[in-house]
Amino acid sequence: MPKKISIYIDNKKYSAQSGQSILDVARHNNIEITTLCHHPDIKIQGSCRLCLVEIKDKKGLHTSCSTKVADGMRVVTNSKNITRAKQTNLELIFAEHCEECNDCIYNQNCTIREYAKKFNVKITKYTDRKKGYPIHKFGPSLEFDTSKCIDCGLCVDICKKEGVDFLEFKKNRKFYEVCPSSKKDKDCIYCGQCLTHCPVGAFEGVGEFEDVDKYINAKGKTVVFQFAPSIRSTIGEEFGMPVGSVVTGKLVAGIKALGIEHVFDVCVGADITTIEEATELIDRIKEDKPLPMFTSCCPAWVKYVEFFRPEMMPNLTTVRSPQVIMGGLIKTYWAKEMKINPKDIIVIGIMPCVAKKYEIERSQNKINGMKAVDQVMTTRELAHLLRKKKIDLKTIKPEVAKSPLLKPSGAGVIYGASGGVMESALRAAYKMMTGRRMPKLQLEEVRGIQGFKKAKIKVAGKTIKVGVVNGIANAKRILTELEKDPHAYDYVEVMACFGGCIGGGGQPVPVSDEIRKKRSAGLYSVDNKEKIRSADENPIIGKLYKEFFNDHKNIHSVCHTSFSRKKKEVYPSK
Amino acid sequence: MKTADLRGRGGADFPTHLKWQMFADTISSQKYIIANGSEGEPNVLKDGYILKNHPELLIEGLKIALDTFKGSEAFIFLRRDYYKKYKKKLEKVIAKLPITVFREHGGYLSGEETVLCEEIEKNLPARPRTRPPFPGQAGVYGLPTLINNIETFYYVAKIAKGEYKKTRLYSITGKVPHKGVFELPVNWSIAKILEETKNTPEFDYFVQIGGGASGDVLLSSETNKLVSGSGAIVVYDREQTDPWVLMRTWIDFFMKENCDKCTPCREGSYRMLEMIKEREFDKKVLEDLFFVLENTSYCALGKSIPLPFRSAIKKLL
Repeated sequence: MPKKISIYIDNKKYSAQSGQSILDVARHNNIEITTLCHHPDIKIQGSCRLCLVEIKDKKGLHTSCSTKVADGMRVVTNSKNITRAKQTNLELIFAEHCEECNDCIYNQNCTIREYAKKFNVKITKYTDRKKGYPIHKFGPSLEFDTSKCIDCGLCVDICKKEGVDFLEFKKNRKFYEVCPSSKKDKDCIYCGQCLTHCPVGAFEGVGEFEDVDKYINAKGKTVVFQFAPSIRSTIGEEFGMPVGSVVTGKLVAGIKALGIEHVFDVCVGADITTIEEATELIDRIKEDKPLPMFTSCCPAWVKYVEFFRPEMMPNLTTVRSPQVIMGGLIKTYWAKEMKINPKDIIVIGIMPCVAKKYEIERSQNKINGMKAVDQVMTTRELAHLLRKKKIDLKTIKPEVAKSPLLKPSGAGVIYGASGGVMESALRAAYKMMTGRRMPKLQLEEVRGIQGFKKAKIKVAGKTIKVGVVNGIANAKRILTELEKDPHAYDYVEVMACFGGCIGGGGQPVPVSDEIRKKRSAGLYSVDNKEKIRSADENPIIGKLYKEFFNDHKNIHSVCHTSFSRKKKEVYPSK
Repeated sequence: MKTADLRGRGGADFPTHLKWQMFADTISSQKYIIANGSEGEPNVLKDGYILKNHPELLIEGLKIALDTFKGSEAFIFLRRDYYKKYKKKLEKVIAKLPITVFREHGGYLSGEETVLCEEIEKNLPARPRTRPPFPGQAGVYGLPTLINNIETFYYVAKIAKGEYKKTRLYSITGKVPHKGVFELPVNWSIAKILEETKNTPEFDYFVQIGGGASGDVLLSSETNKLVSGSGAIVVYDREQTDPWVLMRTWIDFFMKENCDKCTPCREGSYRMLEMIKEREFDKKVLEDLFFVLENTSYCALGKSIPLPFRSAIKKLL
């Protein structure tokens, strides 16, 4: 049991608990201590050597991240020696970080630049050690510019925690360096957790930010935007709004201010995914087809299965992800309604995710030979584009949705949080199986940012055993359980990113559990206020199934996909 | 061990009985005992000497530890060439004792106790762990782990037999006629050791003592001191030795052997290399680098880097 103790930081008394680090206590009390390699998601690195403090009666300097508090401990956070050491170590860190600030995901909130100012650091004191170092490209999703890497190790550890273990330290030249694995049995799944955990922007999405206006002014084309469920509760952060702010109306207004007339909400696509997935689940249960059924709207998870566990492919639902369904719908149903040649439509998806950049390239996701979505921009990229055009979401007046394709159910919105897909599909499946609304719509057991959740749901006399996991490591736990008991689950939702899409690789940085909780709460608050909370009750969905999805061919081409075994795609570049 | 005042012979000079006492005080049903034969520093040869000439005393020392700490298991952790040379021989002496001969994966740093634990757990590339906990509390697989140098176990056996005469093993190398490992009293000065082994140079010389990279530099006029660290004495001809070339070998060694985990050691050593290549130090920059190396390095390797350079710069440049 942790004991309550007190310590002194700069002569002020603070209560603390045994087992906490000095850094924990300082942070908890809003005392700023400089650090780059500390991330709440990961165990102590102790590599940057910046969080230095002095401790009374203990010689020398100590790293506050790795030093546990003791009762009566007297800590000093500022002294001549501390400043000298921080300054020197920062200069050394800058010497291995080739700056490219304008194009950096931390351009708005760069920690090292802030430290450089604070400690009066001469950032060019030494020549850049890593000048000319290679850029590793991870498929169509990520780029790792090793000339910016400060060797803190967070990406290696998060990749391990993710359960992929693709990034590793390898001795190249004269140094151990972070490197994608060259081993044949390891590959990147494009989740982008390395990116959101890198403190200095060494990772970025492909095209971030140089491709943001690649299509926007395409001549003779109808450019449409669609935005994913989770964007509404995350993009506000990019404009200095409180974490978790729901900004759907502002988002629509912002995109329209870019000169985009047609804006779609991918949550409507999610409602279709829900109906199709619920239908497939019922079919699998009734027809004795492979169970459990795994969700497949997370492309990183799909890549994981196809590369690492191809024997599980028959268990992935064939229902396409919301963005691909939505794109397909735009290039069929909507194009026809608008009398536009689908070839002249460019669909740009605003996604929380860098793996979505990969998803749209999959040949199995095409619609009548065309890409369903032409370009994926991350939340960060859209924010960058808006800023570039001097559009501030904080001050912009929200726009009320007019288009029916902008009106999802509450269930479509919660797709962005871990557990949301499962909850949405169960709401619909319950209705389909019983003809009644699920008595308690909120499935608290599958909500929350914790990585591993399970529940049993009674529907029409049947018990459906569900599992909800985020982080591939937790999906591996499920797979191991299934090896022992193949009937342990009927339906499993997997999201590769911690907390689900709200913690995605395309989301604003930094991220932590605190932030994930607030982003997630934002989405559930939308659902709570919504009258229509189940996909099957959404009038636009009813209309679509009556007018368009009454043809089975349309369902098949717009809503379903297939999977195939993958070979290794990512190798270290020379 | 307490009466004999035995101190760890790996270089840290920590009283062995205290280490054993702390290990005894940590309650656990399972414990590990490790004889550290990583011996990764240049010009240190004594563990190899014991493995070659007295393996039975090493095993006896380990057996005493195994008998003292019932139910524990032991490893002999050997650098790769020692493993290749002495594994079979050791296993013959070990017979049925619960002792495993382990082949080291890394180099110099693998002798660091927490790195050694990582190596045994096969967490590669092995890097040091945060202390506390110390290996005596939580080492290999989180279990209490007693790590002593091979020479320390050798003397544990000698003490038990009543044959300990307050000696230690000195590795003498460099520009001397009689290179090798010598067992001589712990309280002899460098000058006396050189004299008794008929190695006192006739030319103006300096020595590096304790280790061929991290050891201190002493001029011939300073050889009335005792040998510290791991007991190495390297003799250099002062006139014929280019201090820049010598410093280059040290910094190359540290850069090759360090793990590149922490900023000061990874980047600081590299910036030292740059200056050594230029044969010119910016004093202010160098002092700042020494400062962060000594005060902010993650492990003892980085902390130890400035010492030989400091004294070489002062005495040889």
